[in-house]
Amino acid sequence: MDFFVPLDLREPINQAVDSLVVRYGDRLHVLNDLILQGLLLPLERALRGAPPWVILLVVALLAWRATRRWQVALPLTVACYLIGCFGLWDALMQTLALVLVATVLAVVAGLPLGIVAAHSRRLRAVVLPVLDVMQTLPTFVYLIPAVMLFGLGKVPAILATVVYAICPLVRLTDLGLRQVDPDVQEAAHSFGTTRWQMLLGVQLPLAWPSILAGVNQTVMMALSMVVVASMIGARGLGEEVLAGIQTLDVGRGLQAGLAIVLLAVAIDRITQGFGRVRRPIRDEERRS
Amino acid sequence: MSARIELRHVSKVYGDDPHRALTLLAQGADKHQVLADTGSHVGLYDVSLSIPAGGIYAIMGLSGSGKSTLVRHINRLIDPSAGQVLVDGEDVLGFSAARLRDLRRRRISMVFQHFGLLPHRTVLENVAFGRRVRGESRRNAQAAAQGWLARVGLSGHERDYPDHLSGGMRQRVGLARALASDTDILLMDEPFSALDPLLRDDLQSQLLTLQAELGKTIVFITHDVEEAFRLGQRIALLRDGRLVQEGEPAAVRAAPVDDYVARFVARVSGADVPRSTGSAPG
Repeated sequence: MDFFVPLDLREPINQAVDSLVVRYGDRLHVLNDLILQGLLLPLERALRGAPPWVILLVVALLAWRATRRWQVALPLTVACYLIGCFGLWDALMQTLALVLVATVLAVVAGLPLGIVAAHSRRLRAVVLPVLDVMQTLPTFVYLIPAVMLFGLGKVPAILATVVYAICPLVRLTDLGLRQVDPDVQEAAHSFGTTRWQMLLGVQLPLAWPSILAGVNQTVMMALSMVVVASMIGARGLGEEVLAGIQTLDVGRGLQAGLAIVLLAVAIDRITQGFGRVRRPIRDEERRS
Repeated sequence: MSARIELRHVSKVYGDDPHRALTLLAQGADKHQVLADTGSHVGLYDVSLSIPAGGIYAIMGLSGSGKSTLVRHINRLIDPSAGQVLVDGEDVLGFSAARLRDLRRRRISMVFQHFGLLPHRTVLENVAFGRRVRGESRRNAQAAAQGWLARVGLSGHERDYPDHLSGGMRQRVGLARALASDTDILLMDEPFSALDPLLRDDLQSQLLTLQAELGKTIVFITHDVEEAFRLGQRIALLRDGRLVQEGEPAAVRAAPVDDYVARFVARVSGADVPRSTGSAPG
């Protein structure tokens, strides 16, 4: 007799996935088209269609708005310009579109989840462990069923990215909301706020830095997924890296990898800048 | 004068089994015994108070005496484990969520020890908060807020953020915010305790001046006897969650019911008593 009781999960899981594909395949293809036609393709067209200098200007303005320092905004803009110099502008725009759509979807799903988790201890006990599993499960394991359900292409890549990247957003939203000063909440409560007034007027604004830190993490994790995503048909910088690996063209791979890093730094600085609490001291001269 | 706010046999127990704790209390146990036996904290036990309309009603006690818990029963920031709370003769415990919001929006406002200002909003927006919450337009709310800021002497600070103000200024913002709601009842939970003594003195004077014009019903919580005697037209003394004595300041001073009250009162008469009286958990 063997010490280990034989257990086999393979068949049940295969059958479950198969029946999922058979039963919901059509509907999931509708979702596929919705994300593709409704979100990704228009954004991608806009980004690739716009003259590069417009995009660079937007980056510069965003970076300045976020950090209020041209010492930061200028190098970030130059970094993006450099990616164009590598001949990777088009790939950069494709990757940017992918990451932006994944981030938007992650926020749309993750923010409400975080709010729910912050308000209910019981739901938090369910949500957070599930998220941990989603984050730690090897990507390829759910990439393949995703491909089976949605077909090859950008949408399964985006959904796999969302699954992987949503965790920090939910966690940091939950944390940020739970750390809102109870004295301030009590005071707001004493003036007769409704739940919505409390959430929108007090809790979310005060949790904002934490939520933005979550968005920042989510974008970073989405970026780290672009190479994996390119394996199932997403285009862009990840595809370049992959092509570099496949043809043993180290230079090509590293160059595209460097572009990803530069993009990551740019997005990181900008989202972090927006997350910082900044209350201008006005009328300073008058008071002194 | 008719009672504006009435508490009838209000008890508050924090814990899993308030009923058992209440039974023990009814049998004569004190809060320390109850804590040892049931693990429940007694916030208040069998407090009955009648607060008349108009005037400042001071509730005094050391930390842990239950005074902050008590004041939160009036606008139901805390619900009692037993007893009744009446505002203008209506039992607020029976209020629906909507009526309770209305009570907080139009009839009772509150000032907090740690101010509770919204750090992400300007001073003007903070003062306008109560009016905004009840649905007034930004313009109207801010116009009213402007007026109240002027009355507490903070004109010119409208666009500052609370972080940039001193403690005394912040509490004047807190006071203006509560006054801006135009409620008849004002709850003040140790509003000046976090301020240094000179500032406290100023703010007490300011409160008395305002009150002379406004004639609100103010429930004023404090751990400071001098403050209670200076401001209160009536005074209630709490100890370990129970009401010890209640009455006009002169009456309390003339006839303290026990040693505890006597030691408190001695402070106002100028007698020298060690600073710490009794020990109660914070």
